[in-house]
Amino acid sequence: MNQILEILEKNSHITPEQIAVMLGRDVSEVKSEIAALEEEGIIVGYKTLVDWDKTESNRVTAFIELRVTPQRGEGFDKIAERIYQYDQVKTVWLMSGSFDIGLICEGKTMKEVALFVAEKLAPMPAVVSTGTHFVLKTYKDSGVIYDKPAVDERSVIS
Amino acid sequence: MIDIQNMLNPTAAAIPPSGIRKFFDIVAERKDAISLGVGEPDFVTPWHIRDAGIYSLEKGHTYYTSNAGMMPLREAVCRYLSRRFSVTYDPKTEVLITVGGSEAIDLAVRSLIGPGDEVLVPEPSFVCYTPCVTLAGGTAVPVVTREEDDFRLTAKQLRAAITPRTKLLIFPFPNNPTGGIMEKADLEEIADVLRETNILVLSDEIYGELTYGAHHTSIASIEGMQERTVLVSGFSKAYAMTGWRLGYACGPVPLIKLMTKIHQYAIMSTPTTSQYAAIEALENGDDDIAAMREEYNHRRRLMVNGFRKMGLSCFEPRGAFYVFPSIRETGLSSEAFAETLLEEENVAVVPGNAFGSSGEGFIRCSYAYSVKNITEALTRISRFVQKRLK
Repeated sequence: MNQILEILEKNSHITPEQIAVMLGRDVSEVKSEIAALEEEGIIVGYKTLVDWDKTESNRVTAFIELRVTPQRGEGFDKIAERIYQYDQVKTVWLMSGSFDIGLICEGKTMKEVALFVAEKLAPMPAVVSTGTHFVLKTYKDSGVIYDKPAVDERSVIS
Repeated sequence: MIDIQNMLNPTAAAIPPSGIRKFFDIVAERKDAISLGVGEPDFVTPWHIRDAGIYSLEKGHTYYTSNAGMMPLREAVCRYLSRRFSVTYDPKTEVLITVGGSEAIDLAVRSLIGPGDEVLVPEPSFVCYTPCVTLAGGTAVPVVTREEDDFRLTAKQLRAAITPRTKLLIFPFPNNPTGGIMEKADLEEIADVLRETNILVLSDEIYGELTYGAHHTSIASIEGMQERTVLVSGFSKAYAMTGWRLGYACGPVPLIKLMTKIHQYAIMSTPTTSQYAAIEALENGDDDIAAMREEYNHRRRLMVNGFRKMGLSCFEPRGAFYVFPSIRETGLSSEAFAETLLEEENVAVVPGNAFGSSGEGFIRCSYAYSVKNITEALTRISRFVQKRLK
């Protein structure tokens, strides 16, 4: 397992200098390895986890399941490609189980998201049916717990 | 009115309070304070281990266990020690499950030591050994390990400290607070000295899973040493299970038998829930240990690098989760350093002399903290140190 990836996956904020110290390696070596990982598309991007519920901004997130029939000459990949072009669509997965494509969609209101599904996704020729589930509360995302701040409960003993 | 103060056992009353505590009541009150003082993992016990404890409660396992601990746990301890450190024990007669490694240390000392006996205690080391020896009526004799020896105990030092009264050697490696370890070759030299004597070894291997670069070797695995060693360890540090209060002692049959007798009168048996959780830890916890060890290793390097960049001399710890940098260059005593640092920069560290007078000139900083915490603490300590370096 690549140790640089493991460190960056937990905290993308960490500098190459710090990573070099943590792993006992050369800074220049770490920098060029990160550059190579980015080049190869193994590191795909960096972003920040935000608990939007704690801000003023209005955001609605929905998980949408799609049943699709792949068209002649167009596999699931082609359908997914069409879907992920929309800015509202944040995440797209090909799924096993009772539906085929799962996606996470964001909008300002429930109505906006629902209309997006009804007007953009449902009418696609390959889409057989849709199911929209709105997110009410985020407890944990990408390994980070949202609803409780981390408190150091350790007391000093002995 | 009854004068309780005058009725207290003078031996117990005369023992000084632990020097680790001192500053930390202040830390709790300060909002912006960062502590590097705590001596326990920042990880929570892995879920599958907690779950095993919860499940045992669901099933209603709420009774005492046998005094020495549940047989499946004793068996699991033996399998683990053989698998990890190549030492074999009989779960029926050579293992006692205790309330943390601490109880095992106290029991071993009380079972062996009485008035007139001397116990060699390498220092700097954890604060509990000397008080245990004192309470048992024995005399603790410090043996100072030095930075130039990588905080190892040398055969020469050991030989020089032995008297006809010496009965027990406390062997605290990997060491808290220095991070010093004893490798196989070092252990062979110590064993060469001890084999000619009737001295027993209390090997406190609570940090045995947390070594960096070298696999921990138990002194009990050195030829001829198992018969004169009581191996003490526990679940607190390796599995992040401090609050479960569970440890164990393995050693020669007559000693374990006597320790079990005292344990039976004083403690009865260790918490049943903890014992169930501990079985799960031993059987399925290797990956958790590996992941935590890796994290600690990253932070360890950050710490050492941070202190060296400040211009302080910092021994590279090989085990446990503490760094023990020298602060002599600042011209401050350990206590003054810790006190002023807390005052000026809101960072709490433990003065080295809390671990014996030979710790003077050092401070102990735990790296059982997040990288963010460590980085901020190092920035503040650096600012503090720069003002004082000539």
